[in-house]
Amino acid sequence: MEKQVLRFKVNGDEYEVFIHPKTLLVEVIRDHLGLTGTKRGCETVSCGACTVNINGASVKSCSVLAVQCEGLEVTTVEGLEKDGKLSPIQRSFLDHGSFQCGFCTPGMLMSATAFISEAKNPTKDQIKESIEGNICRCTGYNSIVRAIEAVTAGKYKEE
Amino acid sequence: MINDFHYLKPASLKEALAMYAEHDDCKVICGGQSLLIVMRQGMVAPEYLLDIKHVKELSYIKFDEKDGLRIGATTTHREIEKSDIIAKKYPVLVAMEEKLASIQTRNWGTIGGNLAHADPAGDPGPVLIALNAEIKFGNSGGEKLVPLDEFFVDYFETQMEQGDLVLEVHVPAPEPKFGCAYQKFNLLDSDMGIVAAAASVTLNADGTCKDVRIVLGNAGPIPLRVTKAEDLLKGKKLDDALFAEAGTIASEECMPVADIHASEEHRRHVLGVLTKRMLKKAFEQAQTAA
Repeated sequence: MEKQVLRFKVNGDEYEVFIHPKTLLVEVIRDHLGLTGTKRGCETVSCGACTVNINGASVKSCSVLAVQCEGLEVTTVEGLEKDGKLSPIQRSFLDHGSFQCGFCTPGMLMSATAFISEAKNPTKDQIKESIEGNICRCTGYNSIVRAIEAVTAGKYKEE
Repeated sequence: MINDFHYLKPASLKEALAMYAEHDDCKVICGGQSLLIVMRQGMVAPEYLLDIKHVKELSYIKFDEKDGLRIGATTTHREIEKSDIIAKKYPVLVAMEEKLASIQTRNWGTIGGNLAHADPAGDPGPVLIALNAEIKFGNSGGEKLVPLDEFFVDYFETQMEQGDLVLEVHVPAPEPKFGCAYQKFNLLDSDMGIVAAAASVTLNADGTCKDVRIVLGNAGPIPLRVTKAEDLLKGKKLDDALFAEAGTIASEECMPVADIHASEEHRRHVLGVLTKRMLKKAFEQAQTAA
């Protein structure tokens, strides 16, 4: 089958990749662009480890055809830091110890980033719902929820 | 492993319908949140894939007091969930969307794709049938408008034929004294329902039941209306005893199968309980509706 050109932006940079149309977004991000922060987990839209944001909205990149991202803007976990400085949610994760094995962390950060960008004074339940599509198999949810809560409460500003 | 396919990307609806008519072994992808799973399993392996994700003409939510609600096929679940007018006029649709899969899936998956996939465990089917919705689909030769409860034919099968695209979902304007409720039973909030029930109740001015719809999810090959249970309630002054009796009838009338998630007996039992509860909830809404 014929390959084709995909032009899109990832973390602010323009990319042009030559791919088979069946290539998934997660494959382009990891295998073509070498951005391995985004994880492959279940590959059945269940676990959320592959979460990236497309035009600011979270999606599971294991279940998006890369060619559908033509002209769109994708953000991966590598795109959260600006000029070597971590984003508020990244710093909050560090301060709250929101990691155990760390495999779910990139996906959690992307879901949390999308949520924080639109949430106004969210309740704790809304914060929990914001990571409903992300599974942490170490079950470290409480520290993740606390980290998001601290950012939405205004304790972390952009540096 | 996803098979190799030729990728078709139409720029407009007209072009999409023309391309679909020209290619026989062709599947349609929009969000692909269901399709890519079955393609990865090798259960679906089309020669052509027609991508309508960016066909803008099919992405809209319109509401008119007389005409009701019209949702374009490529509207995402998240757009429905976040729509102010839907929250105001059809709150049950927002409540349903909030529990449909995960935020990520709702951000990319679409209402038209969900209905075309025709999974009997899907959430929108039962709720939209309870809301008396119609679905418009068509091909390069013309369009068809059918009641949604006639659209589903069997497991993953609809009335649509090769070349047909889902175009629009139409929900009539809510009647006065109308209520509608939906709940699914599952272990994780974002899972598909092990079973689900939607009920709508319309009351006459004297408080008797003018119309009622009970639609069960994952209770048979299609989103299943249980008409014997509905018939019990029509024209009557509704009360808890009638809701319980309707639940019993519904649990006998439905046809769930056993699988790894639940036995047939368990499904029947829970469907009866959910039917009773959703009827009561819809009835109470109808009583207090303007």
